[in-house]
Amino acid sequence: MRHWRLPRWAALVHRLSGVALAVFLPLHFWALGQALHGTKTLDAFLAWARHPLVKATEVALVLALAVHLTGGLRLLAVEFLAWQEDQARRIAWAGAAALAVAILFALSA
Amino acid sequence: MSADAGETLTARIWRSGPGRFQDFRVPRRANQTVLDVVTWIQRRLDPTLGYRFACRVGMCGSCAMTVNGVPRWTCRTRVERAAPGGEALEIAPLRNLPPIKDLAVDMTPLFERWQKALGRFVPPVEQGNDFVVVPPATPARRAADAGIECIGCGVCHAACDLAAADVEYLGPAALNRAWTLVNDARDGAQLARIAAVAAAGGAFACHSHQNCQAHCPKGLNPTAAISGLKRMAALGSRP
Repeated sequence: MRHWRLPRWAALVHRLSGVALAVFLPLHFWALGQALHGTKTLDAFLAWARHPLVKATEVALVLALAVHLTGGLRLLAVEFLAWQEDQARRIAWAGAAALAVAILFALSA
Repeated sequence: MSADAGETLTARIWRSGPGRFQDFRVPRRANQTVLDVVTWIQRRLDPTLGYRFACRVGMCGSCAMTVNGVPRWTCRTRVERAAPGGEALEIAPLRNLPPIKDLAVDMTPLFERWQKALGRFVPPVEQGNDFVVVPPATPARRAADAGIECIGCGVCHAACDLAAADVEYLGPAALNRAWTLVNDARDGAQLARIAAVAAAGGAFACHSHQNCQAHCPKGLNPTAAISGLKRMAALGSRP
């Protein structure tokens, strides 16, 4: 890890956020599916979702989604636009933008 | 080079026979290179130590090894830079290439990939044409210039995560060479080369970790070359 440079960390974070989102999606659909069993089950689930710990996980998920989005945009720029030497700065911007989205979500939640 | 009154350093050298590192005590000298240390061991302590070098001045690209976890030219790496503050020096063969013995690896797979990426000049079929004029300031010539100084040492290939994960991956050295040729107006195999680098295991296998760029002793940027190949193959865009 001593020799890891920023682009490699960016790639790792991008993949891990992708895995986190892939794991989350079935849970998300399951939660939506609760509505099929009537309002009671869904309301019970929504009440549980208001728990601070669940809210914190939600912020983490939004961060994962934002990181995956901005990281993906950066990769598209790498692959389809002319090469830029300031990749470290671009990674920093992508990370900062994702963090800003997560903070805004946490403040509004 | 004067010995500093009996001061020594510990060199941990990979031995392929037993498959483990072996410690040697070597005199510490001012400005000594990692290659100096390996040569001292081979000449004074253990003549069976296998390693490879030729020019000793960073021209031939044959002495690359993994020094304290980093792929480097041993001839151009001073001990105090690779192992600062008296930390032990650990020398292993390059990664991602099959070892021959101790510190020497077989470079054949590297050059096979080079050929697979059509990393050689192919003269055009038409004969009797006039010379192609290549003005030095054109974008294509500049793009080729940026990658042309590669001496094939294999450091980038050893540094590449994708080369480690996928044995079919052509790797940064071969793709960088292909990039210099797709930007060569004289070459007669442009379409075949784009097809070669766009195939499975080609440019699109690169994940842009930029380890090749970080470690290239010549300061080249194979990641930029590979991203150029991706654009050329996917969009047909040229520099």
